Amino acid sequence: MRIEVRELHARLGGREVLCGVEFVAQPGQLTAIVGPNGAGKSTLLRAIAALIPMTSGAVSLDGRDTALWERVEFSRALGYLPQERIVHWPLLARVVVGLGRLPHRSFGAGESDHDRAVIGAAMAAADVSHLGDRSVLELSGGERARVLLARVLAQEPRTLLADEPAAGLDPAHQLTLFEHLGSIAAAGRTVVVALHDLSLAARFCHNVVLVHEGRAFASGTPPEVLNEKHLAAVYGIKAHYRVLDGVPVVLPLAVLP
Amino acid sequence: MRVSSRSLIAALAVATAIAFLLSLAIGPSGFGFGPPGEAGSLIFWEIRLPRAMLGALVGAALGLAGAALQGYLRNPLAEPGLIGVSSGAALGAVLAIHLGLSQAIALALPAGGLAGAALAMLAVVTLAGIQGGPVTLILAGLAVSAIATALISLALNLSQNPFASVEMVFWLMGSLADRSLTQVWLAGPLILAGMGLLLVLGRALDALALGEDAARSLGIDLARTRLAVVAGTALSIGAATAVTGIIGFVGLLVPHVLRPLAGHRPGLLLPASMLGGAIFLLVADVGLRLLQPVVDLRVGVLTALFGAPFFVWLVLRKRGDLAP
Repeated sequence: MRIEVRELHARLGGREVLCGVEFVAQPGQLTAIVGPNGAGKSTLLRAIAALIPMTSGAVSLDGRDTALWERVEFSRALGYLPQERIVHWPLLARVVVGLGRLPHRSFGAGESDHDRAVIGAAMAAADVSHLGDRSVLELSGGERARVLLARVLAQEPRTLLADEPAAGLDPAHQLTLFEHLGSIAAAGRTVVVALHDLSLAARFCHNVVLVHEGRAFASGTPPEVLNEKHLAAVYGIKAHYRVLDGVPVVLPLAVLP
Repeated sequence: MRVSSRSLIAALAVATAIAFLLSLAIGPSGFGFGPPGEAGSLIFWEIRLPRAMLGALVGAALGLAGAALQGYLRNPLAEPGLIGVSSGAALGAVLAIHLGLSQAIALALPAGGLAGAALAMLAVVTLAGIQGGPVTLILAGLAVSAIATALISLALNLSQNPFASVEMVFWLMGSLADRSLTQVWLAGPLILAGMGLLLVLGRALDALALGEDAARSLGIDLARTRLAVVAGTALSIGAATAVTGIIGFVGLLVPHVLRPLAGHRPGLLLPASMLGGAIFLLVADVGLRLLQPVVDLRVGVLTALFGAPFFVWLVLRKRGDLAP
């Protein structure tokens, strides 16, 4: 589904966090939201997911304003993976992943065979099939992050918003995560991730939105956006954008005076 | 320990039925469902049946409301009294005694309790608002409880009549004894309506295990959930307290004990705790009747006597888990 964000303003605790963000995320593409701490990346994702009110502007999914969506329909269309990896009870990992099927189950219905198949596939994709019978609170941070990722994959949303999904994962799981997100996008879905790792954004994402002080400072392909001039202006760093063995890498060198 | 959800609920339902039958069959006048003669049928219909029905209803309400609040607040220490309705009901009933209304009109005591519970709920909802997180709800509940408790103390303090004081104190302890079928018909529908509101919250409470944002993105209406938690607790616990007085620990202890058996799933814990609460209160009340020739206890005292050491045990076990 095509996400279109127009002139989006949002306040959080009296402070205007988003002041006129505009961008478009296309189906079939992996879009990265990057920017310094406090730039408004998480707020932007939450505003798109209709979790916080916007003061002005509009967000639409496939041309339809998010405010007009019916609640359950919206939860089937759009999946949101929060940055905080909260699980309040020592639930089994398998049960947590199963929560992703809630929007698809009618009231009082148990898990169908189809639900079970989707849950199994989601757990395999996040490499957590072997953790199914463990309590999520006993897992390591990275393992728990993958279980929660499997939860949102089991939701099978046509649009997936993930806030820092790679944080705390080891390099191997970061790579498999982005390969999987890429394959979800390749299947015609829209994937938007908030990211700190600029190299991951440069390597895997089709489109990068650089957020700075509540605005989209730049957006476009990784080489267009992650150039040395932009990184100096937004992050205040000297950085190189290089291609090593055919893989783009963003290497921060020093903080500018 | 792992049990399938269906067998857990089935086992608890069978145990509830057995506890209910025991409650009907056991009493100072002997074992059986209808001793011969008119006196026997009078005992069955006027004493044992209302007592067993109230035990089942009130126990179920306490267990269910405890599980619902713990799930909604994501805090295993929450209990039905937390949102202030039981203190409100207690205040209403105490005032009915204090003002002498309960002497004049038969149902003034439960009616006062219901009015107190309704006012307390109104105050909590007004204070905490429909939107907002669990913390505002806890704080509003604490504030309303504190005010109600202070006013109860005031009523006790100002009471000129020692008999009324004793009646108030005994009423505050909570009891199922000497209740009539009329009181069951008064409180029963309200308790059942409140439980109905709470029982359908399973999906919302399951989703809330992932936090509020994730729950909302899974299609859960948090404002409606909050309202259902407050209204369901107020109806079931307000009506229960209005008839039986304050019975502590059931709503805290029962979800605690059953949670591991329910795989810690807040949704499954709702029906499990409802049945578990009924079993606990029915059995405690039967135990009371067996003790009666020796000592006359109130059921609220017995649940507290059993409940408190359980928490000592929990603390010790937790300490053991954390020990190096």
